[in-house]
Amino acid sequence: MAYQQNLVCFNTFAADEPWSLATYEEHDGYQTWRKVLAGKLSPEKIIEEIKDSGLRGRGGAGFPTGLKWSFMPRDADIQKYLVCNSDESEPGTCHDREILRYNPHSLIEGMAIASYAMGVTVAYNYIRGEFLDEPVPRFEAALEEAYAAGLLGKNIQSSGIDFDLYTFVGAGAYICGEETALLESLEGKQGRPRFKPPFPANFGLYGKPTTINNTQSLASVPTIMRKGAAWFAALGPEGSGGTALFSVSGHVEKPGNYELPMGIPFKDLLDDICGGVLGGRQLKAVIPGGSSCRVLPAEIIMNCTMDYNSLQQAGSSFGTGAVVVMDETTCMVNMLRRIARFYMAESCGQCTPCREGTGWLYRMLTRITEGRGEVADLDKLVDVANKIEGHTICALGDAAAWPVQSFLQHFHHEFEYMIHNSGRSIVADAIEAAA
Amino acid sequence: MSDDIVNIEVNGKAIEARKGQMVIEVTDGIGVYVPRFCYHEKLSIAANCRMCLVEVEKAPKPMPACATPVAEGMKIFTKSAIAISAQKATMEFLLINHPLDCPICDQGGECELQDLAMGYGRDVSRYNSGKRVVKDKDIGSLVSTDMTRCIHCTRCVRFGEEVQGYPQLGTIDRAEDLKISTYVEQGIDHELSANIIDICPVGALNNKPYRYSARAWEMEQRATVSPHDCVGSNLYAHVLRGTVKRIVPRENEEINECWIADRDRYSYEAIYSSDRLVAPRIKNNGEWQDISWDDALTKAADTLQAADADKIGLIASSAVTLEDSHLLVQIAAHLGTDNIDHRIGRRDVSDQANDPLYPHLGCSIAAIEQQGAVLVAGSNIRNEAPIIAHRLRKAALAGARISFVTSREYKYFFDVADYLHGEGLVDMLAGVLVAAAGRKKPPASVAKLCVGVSASATQKRIAASLQDADESLVLLGCIAGRHAAYSAVRALAVVIADLTGAKLGTISEGPNAAGAYLAGVLPHRERGGKERAAIGLDVAAMLDAAMDAIVLVNIEPDADIHATTDAVAKLAGQKYVIAITPFVSDALLEAADLLLPMGTFAETSGTYVNAAGTWQSFTGVANPVGESRPCWKVLRVLGNLIDAPGFDYVTSEDVLEEFRAQVGDLETNTIGKASTRFTKANGEDAPADEIDTPLYSVDALVRRATALQLTPAARRAAAERDA
Repeated sequence: MAYQQNLVCFNTFAADEPWSLATYEEHDGYQTWRKVLAGKLSPEKIIEEIKDSGLRGRGGAGFPTGLKWSFMPRDADIQKYLVCNSDESEPGTCHDREILRYNPHSLIEGMAIASYAMGVTVAYNYIRGEFLDEPVPRFEAALEEAYAAGLLGKNIQSSGIDFDLYTFVGAGAYICGEETALLESLEGKQGRPRFKPPFPANFGLYGKPTTINNTQSLASVPTIMRKGAAWFAALGPEGSGGTALFSVSGHVEKPGNYELPMGIPFKDLLDDICGGVLGGRQLKAVIPGGSSCRVLPAEIIMNCTMDYNSLQQAGSSFGTGAVVVMDETTCMVNMLRRIARFYMAESCGQCTPCREGTGWLYRMLTRITEGRGEVADLDKLVDVANKIEGHTICALGDAAAWPVQSFLQHFHHEFEYMIHNSGRSIVADAIEAAA
Repeated sequence: MSDDIVNIEVNGKAIEARKGQMVIEVTDGIGVYVPRFCYHEKLSIAANCRMCLVEVEKAPKPMPACATPVAEGMKIFTKSAIAISAQKATMEFLLINHPLDCPICDQGGECELQDLAMGYGRDVSRYNSGKRVVKDKDIGSLVSTDMTRCIHCTRCVRFGEEVQGYPQLGTIDRAEDLKISTYVEQGIDHELSANIIDICPVGALNNKPYRYSARAWEMEQRATVSPHDCVGSNLYAHVLRGTVKRIVPRENEEINECWIADRDRYSYEAIYSSDRLVAPRIKNNGEWQDISWDDALTKAADTLQAADADKIGLIASSAVTLEDSHLLVQIAAHLGTDNIDHRIGRRDVSDQANDPLYPHLGCSIAAIEQQGAVLVAGSNIRNEAPIIAHRLRKAALAGARISFVTSREYKYFFDVADYLHGEGLVDMLAGVLVAAAGRKKPPASVAKLCVGVSASATQKRIAASLQDADESLVLLGCIAGRHAAYSAVRALAVVIADLTGAKLGTISEGPNAAGAYLAGVLPHRERGGKERAAIGLDVAAMLDAAMDAIVLVNIEPDADIHATTDAVAKLAGQKYVIAITPFVSDALLEAADLLLPMGTFAETSGTYVNAAGTWQSFTGVANPVGESRPCWKVLRVLGNLIDAPGFDYVTSEDVLEEFRAQVGDLETNTIGKASTRFTKANGEDAPADEIDTPLYSVDALVRRATALQLTPAARRAAAERDA
C-alpha cells in the first residue's frame, strides 16, 4: 500500500533549500500567522481548532496539545511563556533535528500561533547542546529571516501583537528534556525536575505560567490551521490524529526519518517504507517509541498499527516515534545492559530511587553479561525496577524501569541462558552452532 | 473561613485540615509519624528523599506526604501495604550505597537513617556490588565531613540558601555521582553555619571538635543558656562524666527556634582551655604564687575591709548571672561604696540618668519578624546577635524594609532597603530625624544636634518606612552603645522612634546586661532601678581614680573594657586589684594582685535576663575545672567574711528568690528618655574611632575556642587587627 509522506512537518523537504523563508512561503507558510496579524483569527478559535485536530504531544507523553493550551490562565496582565522542547534526547529519536534543519519556519510560525492563542509574548526554543553544529545555526538563521521580514517582534506589522522568540542551547543532559528540568536549565540552574504540583501552567519559567510543547507538535500547528482540524484528524485513526515522524533505526534496510500518517501498520512501515529487516533476517523485537518504551517481540509488533491506542493495547507506547528494530542476531541481555547504562548516566541524581536504583540495575546486568550472574538476579532486577517505577519525582525513573520489566517479560530465557552459560549469549552461541 | 478547611481522612480517621497544608504537616499535627529525611519544617520542600511516600486513595502511585497538598475528601493511608512497601523500597535504595559504618560514626545512636532503618530496613542487604565512596570535603574547623554517608537530602544546601541566605554548599555532578560540595574548596563562613550538623539526618556533616570523643548514649543532656549575646539562645550541653562534650540547640520558637550561633555551639571548648585559672593565686613582690581558697578569700576580705569605702570599686561584666550581680550589689552596699558598674563597653555615660530600666529589644525576639520596617543604627548585628540578625532576615524576606545606619558597611544576605554608611553616626541619624520631623521643628532635646542638618532622599525614605509600617522598630546596636557620643546617638534614636511611631530597642552586650541593670550593678541606681542617693564612679572614673581596691568579676581588662583606654596599665597602677575570673592571661597577671578562679557558664547555676526581658535560669552542667567555684559561691563566702548580713544562701535559687521578692513586679520602662546632656557632640565618631568587636572576640570564652578561632571570620579579624 502506498502511503503519502511528508504531509505536515516535512512538507518542504523536496525543495532545494527547504529551510529558507522563500521555500516556506511557497508552501503557504506564514499564511495563518498573517491572518492572526490581520486580526482575522481569535485565540479561542485557534485553541478549538487544535483541540479538534486531535494533535497529541509528540514529545512522548501524548497529552492533547489543545487541552494543554487551554490550561494557561486567561489573565492578560501577567507575563506568560511558551517554551519549545527541542532537547530531543530520547535514544533512537532524531526527527526534531530534521525540523530544525530543514523546516525551521514551520516551528517559528507554530510557536507564534501558539503564543498568540495563549496570550504569550515571549517564547524560547530550548535546543539540545549536541545540535550546535547544524540545527542551531539553521534555526537562528530562520529566526533572523523572520524578524527581517517583519513577522516577529514588537507590535508586529502594527497589529498590536508582540512576539519575541529566543533560542537557548542546552548543555547535553537527557534529563533537560523533562519539561520542568528544562525550565530549571533555562533559568540557569541545574537541570533537575521540579516536583509537581505546582504545574508549569501555573508556576513555570521564572514562576510564571508556562506551556512547554515538543518541536514536532508546534511545527504541526501551521499546517493544521491551514488545512483544518478535520483534515488533520482524518489522517490517522480515532484518538491519533495527523502524521507521525518515525525515526527508524536498527536492523532495517533503509533506516531514516519518515513522516507518515498515524496508524500505519508496523508491518508496512518495516517492509514498504524501510525495505524490510536488514539482510532479510528474522525480526526479533522492536522498541516502538524510544528506549524508555517497553519492548515488543516480533509476533506482537507485527500485528500493531503505529498509533497511541494500538501500541498501548500491545503493552507499550507510541513514545517519540523512535522505532528501534532488532533482528534475530540481537542479544537482548546486552541490549538491556546498554539501555540501563544510559539511564544510570542520565539520572539527575535528585531523588533516591532513581539515583540509587539505576546504578543497581546496571551493575546487576553487567554482572550477568560478565558471567557472574545468578538466577535470583532476574527476580531482583524486576523487583528493583518495580521499586523505582512510580516512586520518583519525574518519569525518568519509569523510563529506566520499563525496559527492564519488558525485556525480562519477553526474553527471560535469554537472561537465564546467559546466567547458566557463564555469560555467553544465546544468540552468539546459536550463530556459532550454525556456522 | 470554612473555605479554608478541608475534610480528609488519615488511616481511616476523619480530620479537618487547613487548605494548602501538606499531608505531612497534617499527620505530624495529629501524631501520625511518616518517615522522612529531606523534609524539615524550617526549610523549603524538596521531595527528593522519597521516604515519606504514602498511599492516597485514587492516586495512581504513592505520593510524597511532604509535597502533596491536602484536598477535600482525600483519604491518606500512611501504613497501608502500598505505603509501607514504598517506604521500605526507598530505605533499601538509601542503604545500598551507605557505608553502614555506624559503629565508628559519631551520628550512631542519634541518626535518623539508623533509626528508620530499624523500622524499614532489612537485616541483610540484597545489594552485593561495590559501594560508592565519596571524597570528604574540608569545609573548615567547625564541621567534619564523611561524604560517603551522605544521602543527598539537600537539607544543608537549602539551609545555606534559605536560612543563611548565603549558599556555600550545593550539589555537583549527577546520578550516582551527585555530591554535596562547595565547588571551590572553602570553609563555611557564616555565623549560623554549623546548624547543618543538626539538620543533616546522617553522619555526613558532624561536629568536628567533638569527633570521636563520646557516644550519644553515654552522655547526659543538660539544659543551659548561651552566654554570648543578649538573645540567650537555649542550649543543651551534652556531658560525659562531668565534662561538656558538645553543645546543641534546645528548641525555643520564641527565642532561637531550632538554630544556634556557631559561637554558642563551640565556645564550650574554652572551658577546657589551658588558660583556665585552676587555683587562687596571689602576687607577692611581683611573683605569682598559688594559695589556698581560705587564704585567698581572707586576703580579699581583709583588703576590702581595710580600704576606704569611697576607694573601693566593683566592676563586673554583663556575663555574670543575675544571682552574682545581686550578691555583688549587696557586698558593695555593706562596704558602703556606690562605685559599682558593669558597663565596661560604654564610653559615654553622661546621659545615664535617662537610661531605661534595662536595655530592652523593644519587642520580643520572635516579634522582630512581624516588623514592617526596622532601622538598625550603630550595629554589626550579625556579630552582635546572630539570632536577631536571622530574624531580621526573615522579616526582610516577608517584605519588611530593613535599613542600616553605620559607619562601616556590613554584608547582609537579604535586600537591604537603605544603607547609610560613612562618617558621623550622629549626623546620619540627625538627618533621619529631620526627615521624620518633616515640617515640624526637631524637639528641643535634640535641636542642637540638628542645627544645619538636612535630610537626604535616603534619610527621607528611611523615616517614611518607619512611619508607614504598622509595626516598626529602631534598633541601637553595640557599636552605638560603645560610641563616644552615645548620649547623642540615643537621644536621636528616642526622638526618631517617637516621631515615627516606632519602638526603640537596644542590642545590649553580653548575656545579662538586663540582669545587671535590674540588680543595680550601676553607680547611679540600686536594684529595681531605684536612684542611688549618691552617684558612684563609673568604670572609666574608677580606673582613672586612685583606688584602694578594685574587684573585677569575669573581665579580661585588655579585651573587654572599652569604657576607657589603657585599662591594663590603669589597673596595674591601682593599689590592689582582685580579679574573680575563669581565665588567666598576661593582662590579668599584670593588672591584678589576687586571682580567684570562678566557673564558666557551664559550671555555675544562675539566671540570665535577655534583651526581651525573659528570665532564663539554668543549672550547672559540668564539673568545675580545677579549684574554680561558681561565682555566686565565691561572693557568698566573701560576704560572710566581711560580715555582710543575710549571706546564708544555700543555693543560687535562694539568691534568686530573695532578689525576686525584693524587686517585685517591675513596670517595664524600656524606652528611656532623651535629655540634652551630650558630653561629646558630633564629629567624634569617625569609623576609626568606632569599636566593633569581631564575631569571635566578643568574650573570653569565644576567644579561647580553638575551632572558632580557625574560622575564616576569625582569621579575617586577626588579619585586620594585625594590619
